[in-house]
Amino acid sequence: MTLELKKIIEALLFSAERPLAPKDIRAIFAEATDEENPGMTEPFRNVREAQIVATLEELKIEYDTQQPSFQLVEIAGGWRLVTRSEYAPWLKKLLDETRPHRLSPPSLETLSIIALRQPIARADIAAIRGVEVDGVIKTLLERDLITIVGKSEAPGRPMLYGTTQKFLEHFGLRDIDDMPKAAELRLQAAALKTAEEKTEEAQAKAKDAMGSGTDAAPEAVAEAKATTTTPDEGQAPTTAQ
Amino acid sequence: MESDYKVKLEVFEGPLDLLLYLIKKEEVDIYDIPIERITNQYMEYLSLMQLLNLEVAGEFLVMAATLMYIKSRMLLPVDQQVTDAETEEGEDPRWELIRQLVEYKKFKDAALQLGQREEQQANIFSRQGPDTGIEADKDVPLAEVSIFDLINAFNDVLKKASAREDFREIMEERFTVSDKIEEILYTLRDRSEMVFGELFASVGSRAEVVVTFLALLELIRLKRLKVRQAEAFGEIHVIKVG
Repeated sequence: MTLELKKIIEALLFSAERPLAPKDIRAIFAEATDEENPGMTEPFRNVREAQIVATLEELKIEYDTQQPSFQLVEIAGGWRLVTRSEYAPWLKKLLDETRPHRLSPPSLETLSIIALRQPIARADIAAIRGVEVDGVIKTLLERDLITIVGKSEAPGRPMLYGTTQKFLEHFGLRDIDDMPKAAELRLQAAALKTAEEKTEEAQAKAKDAMGSGTDAAPEAVAEAKATTTTPDEGQAPTTAQ
Repeated sequence: MESDYKVKLEVFEGPLDLLLYLIKKEEVDIYDIPIERITNQYMEYLSLMQLLNLEVAGEFLVMAATLMYIKSRMLLPVDQQVTDAETEEGEDPRWELIRQLVEYKKFKDAALQLGQREEQQANIFSRQGPDTGIEADKDVPLAEVSIFDLINAFNDVLKKASAREDFREIMEERFTVSDKIEEILYTLRDRSEMVFGELFASVGSRAEVVVTFLALLELIRLKRLKVRQAEAFGEIHVIKVG
């Protein structure tokens, strides 16, 4: 008997309590064994990630056409089965989820700024909002929606903040580029950064004719971004709750 | 004498929020702010907030100073303007503020859309539950209506009261916020809703307007009442909760 790849992936999605990334699924295929019937798992041992992604997309289309009560969505870097919104009244009752858990406008504004401009220092957030953000930052940290991602090189070495995995999950975002206005506001930031880098580069070149370390800056930025979008420590308190 | 309610309300909005509110209300171009008009309005709202003893951020005063400075610079002929180290010669003195407002507005819009995402997300359930269990914010601002909308409505009532006051005998009246709270709740005992203006229908003096308004704010803060506005700058409705 040979099982269908699509059905196995469906079973994984059905049981998962977190979004599954294609690489998670690939790791499962690579490690899963069946002692009584080794031949069952063997054919899937070396499934490629591209094949998994294609299957996930196929499943998504299938659910969209057949319209069962659930759908497959891409969220926080993975894939997840979720119910369709029209069943909300009954599910809210089932899960005793009657209170609206909405964040306040100051929280949403601060989160948007952090999400689109991360890594960012407290003073820079306050400069954009025009008011202090200390209280808001504290609650967002407590709720694990943001996290400290590093320290700035600026005087006083202020903490830099970024958003967490839980932030993406809470808002149903695939990644940071899925944020409202991401294209416009992130591009601007990138342009600013490149401009800064160029000035720095120019200054460095002026000082040192060799112009060494040209590639160092963009690399640092990419690194900071990577820690920001997938902080592993963001996951632990979530499951603890 | 028994001490009355001390209404301690924190304003979560900042000076940029007030400026954007005024720009929208006055329907002026954000890139060409009539600085005198907006400054005057800003000062008016600021003094109203101070009159109400609202806890406003210190940044409101900093912004007031900035606006005054820009206004004074605009009054000078170009050739007599002092250029400080940071501004380039001939630059519009409003520019720095406009740039800040435009950028902030973009983030505000993004935040608004993010809030809509959050709302949609609350209707979607996965095996883990609706989401990862974020508690509702306790510091949710007064209502769906911004504090500036309320102050705007309050300002209108206050102006009418001042106009009336001239023709009245000034009697010594004592109103307390607690009394007014009782009165508002009594008015709403067998109704669920009233319009903002109704609250002040029988109100005479300026002092009474202020106390009535504070009572309303306190009731909103205590979540006994909420306010709603069907359209931007439209009539405000006061609704009983529960």
